[in-house]
Amino acid sequence: MAARFATPRAGGMAALAALIALLPLGLRNDYFYDVAILVGLNAIVCVGLNLLVGYAGQISLGHAGFFGIGAYGSAILATRYGWPPLAAMLAATLAAAAIAFAVGRPILRLRGHYLAMATLALGVIVYMVISTEDRFTGGPDGMTVAPLAIGGWALRDPRLWYWVVGALLLAAVWFALNLIDSPTGRALRALHGSEVAAEVVGVDATRHKVMVFVVSAVYASIAGSLNAHFSGFITPAKVTFLHSIELVTMVVFGGMASTFGAVVGAAALTTLPQVLTPLKDYEMMVLGAVMMGTMIFMPRGVVPSLQALLTRRRDAAAAAAAPAPRPGDGQ
Amino acid sequence: MNFLEVESLSKVFGGVHAVEDLSFDFQAGAVHSIIGPNGAGKTTLLNLLTGIYSPSAGRIRFEGQDLTGLAPHEFARRGIARTFQNLQLFFNMSALENVMVGRHLHERCGLASALLRFPRLSREELACREEAAELMRYVGLARYLGTAADAMPYGALKRLEIARALATRPRLLLLDEPAAGLNPTEALELDQLIGRLTGRGVTVVLVEHNMHLVMGVSDHILVLDYGRKLAEGPAAAVREDPRVIEAYLGSAAAARNLGAAGAAPRAGIGP
Amino acid sequence: MSAQFVQFLLTGLTVGAIYALVALGFSIIYNASQVINFAQGEFVMIGGMATVWFAAAGVPYAAAIPLAVAAAAAVGLALEKFAVEPARGASVVTLIIITIGASIFLRGLATLIWDKQLHVLKPFSGDTPIVLGGATLLPQSLWVLGVSLAIVLALAWFFGRTLLGKAMLATSNNRLAAQLAGIRVRHVLALAFALSAALGAIAGILIAPIAFTSYDVGVMLGLKGFAAAILGGMGSGAGAVVGGIVLGIAETMSAGYISSAYKDAIALLAMLAVLFFLPSGLLGRRGTERV
Ligand SMILES: Nc1ncnc2c1ncn2[C@@H]1O[C@H](COP(=O)(O)OP(=O)(O)OP(=O)(O)O)[C@@H](O)[C@H]1O
Ligand SMILES: [Mg+2]
Repeated sequence: MAARFATPRAGGMAALAALIALLPLGLRNDYFYDVAILVGLNAIVCVGLNLLVGYAGQISLGHAGFFGIGAYGSAILATRYGWPPLAAMLAATLAAAAIAFAVGRPILRLRGHYLAMATLALGVIVYMVISTEDRFTGGPDGMTVAPLAIGGWALRDPRLWYWVVGALLLAAVWFALNLIDSPTGRALRALHGSEVAAEVVGVDATRHKVMVFVVSAVYASIAGSLNAHFSGFITPAKVTFLHSIELVTMVVFGGMASTFGAVVGAAALTTLPQVLTPLKDYEMMVLGAVMMGTMIFMPRGVVPSLQALLTRRRDAAAAAAAPAPRPGDGQ
Repeated sequence: MNFLEVESLSKVFGGVHAVEDLSFDFQAGAVHSIIGPNGAGKTTLLNLLTGIYSPSAGRIRFEGQDLTGLAPHEFARRGIARTFQNLQLFFNMSALENVMVGRHLHERCGLASALLRFPRLSREELACREEAAELMRYVGLARYLGTAADAMPYGALKRLEIARALATRPRLLLLDEPAAGLNPTEALELDQLIGRLTGRGVTVVLVEHNMHLVMGVSDHILVLDYGRKLAEGPAAAVREDPRVIEAYLGSAAAARNLGAAGAAPRAGIGP
Repeated sequence: MSAQFVQFLLTGLTVGAIYALVALGFSIIYNASQVINFAQGEFVMIGGMATVWFAAAGVPYAAAIPLAVAAAAAVGLALEKFAVEPARGASVVTLIIITIGASIFLRGLATLIWDKQLHVLKPFSGDTPIVLGGATLLPQSLWVLGVSLAIVLALAWFFGRTLLGKAMLATSNNRLAAQLAGIRVRHVLALAFALSAALGAIAGILIAPIAFTSYDVGVMLGLKGFAAAILGGMGSGAGAVVGGIVLGIAETMSAGYISSAYKDAIALLAMLAVLFFLPSGLLGRRGTERV
């Protein structure tokens, strides 16, 4: 029984690891590496965001804010104050977690549209602070960021960055899968299914929501810090409402409540604009159309829809092989 | 010390007094039924007794502890579980997982051990799965062990709620119209299930319109009308109470109640 | 009262009236369908940008404005028909993402049809300021206040006195009962989207001569209109008006007396405070969720 339940996760992890290991064969130059790294970083954010949105059923339209706190926190400490980048990253992550924890309690008491608007406001406020406090952040023009250096050695080569981000993505997915499979993860999914029922069997709804909010903020913040150090330059464009929306779209496109779906969604929607560069002017329309189309025609997202299709095929095949009716399902 | 003590409990919605100045004591180890016409305030009372609504006035004491004003999960922690009149299941999970969620209070699982999947956790998960499966068999859902909740028939879902509630290991179990929508055979099985529950050391509070079921299993009946207590006592006495008969016959609910008794329509209230 | 205070008050009233119109749009759709339309701000944008466009093409205001309002109403109808209606009964998250998708789509479309530049509309009746107790008032502000007042009165009459308006209210109170009483709920929904789009567009046209307009003005104006609706109590018409005015004045005052760098943050902070501490707003109905 245990083996049966371990297989899809182990299989999925192995497939993802193999993909990350083999992908460089197809990456012809640094530009390809840049895109792949961007995919990885977005995927990390989305895997975390999916824990909140897909599994626990709590929408957030402000996660670019946590991405921004990670990016700017790390950038300011490392560049303006000369902190070692890893320490700066750690401090920024703790700051993001602390902020998420502090605002999580009142915000996550809200539901539905109200939660959406409150998280949106939170993200926009972070954006406003970042683009206004130009003494620290460089304002709308952005700021240069020191490279990720460990001791005296700076990580600059995109080919090395690729492996770092790949390994972190694997870790991020592994943690997420573990969480979902644990009693805590079950409680989160229960909140999505029926909050009142979860509470009357003893799930402290607020505590669990805040916990998963903090976890997802930490994911976003770490990806933000890495993004700042990797690209060496950061602007508030990555902290906008539109970026928050892009992140949510990646999650729902790939498939809510599917960790690998989040990775697929991030990959699809990060590479799409690169493919569409000749049609740059249509980018926003395409994003909007993808959002509406996914929700109307495929509300469960790509990966769960494919999974359902495969299961149905398999069941049909099994039924064809053994035509005896299953007892008791009729009533 | 009484098992469950309710003192001058009230709940007001806008201008509606759904529960008004209600006091009663329930003893452990019995089956207590709460009956009354539609809109009498039965569900509201259960919502108050599980912390879903906080009372406008009054107190709730359970095993000597004052629970008034606590959050629902605190009521669960103190040993009170329930089912819902309108199904509240986790339709995004399998039937078994629904019951496993009921074990939540009895699992030690911090964030770190969840993220890192400590070996101890895997062992506990196995035990949890086993216990949930056992409960499903206990309520007669053995055949649905591997089924997704949203693929189960209505009658089975009603029982799934009972299994999930039992998984919290409650000392007090509140059932809100468990027989509604069941066919006579299913209702009979429910009758037997409730009988077995008291044997497990669970005190049952049954809200039900099916008088056949109520009269068969109850040790004690509380009758509500317009949020107030109309009558209280052993089943036989309540059945004969003229006020109760009038409240029932005088309301549109009477027809439905007699109909709901199903297999034995004349076994409802009345001579 | 100092002249400065009067000045801030007048400015606050003017922007507040705009927020109130946007908030009314939110409330009308919310009442009819329980949907918060995240594309509400795009109606404001379409109103302003389309008028600028028609005017640049030489169409006089008397024709350009009705055309722009009609265009926005048509977009509102299309939104209801092609995006909201197909997702009937879907989860809240689904509806949120659909209307946000629509707003981004419309914004993208606006950059294609028009551009990404800032535009300003010529004021309706000149820009010679009127001096009023030491403070100055632009003639356009009078237009904003007058038209908003007229609209509020017209809406009050519509919902209070006409059969159609009452049908819309009935639908918002109890959809099924309204349906049984013979009200065509689908038509009510379509009407709500068209009406709310027209209101947004009018707001966008009125404000365009005072503030700039561009393809992305809808984001902030939509957000502030929502904040106003929340402040007053979502779904309440009077609440939307009160919320808009209070928000406009609070924003102008704090920008004037405290700091203008965070002017836009005021609305958001006010909205968060109301959501946290007074979830049913100033004039909204309070309720307990049924289980
Ligand atoms: N959340 C709520 N908000 C407003 N009114 C409510 C709410 N919950 C219940 N009521 C009202 O309180 C009264 C009692 O309702 P309740 O659901 O408790 O009755 P009941 O005895 O369970 O009826 P039934 O037999 O039909 O289930 C009714 O008038 C109902 O409309
Ligand atoms: Mg009830």
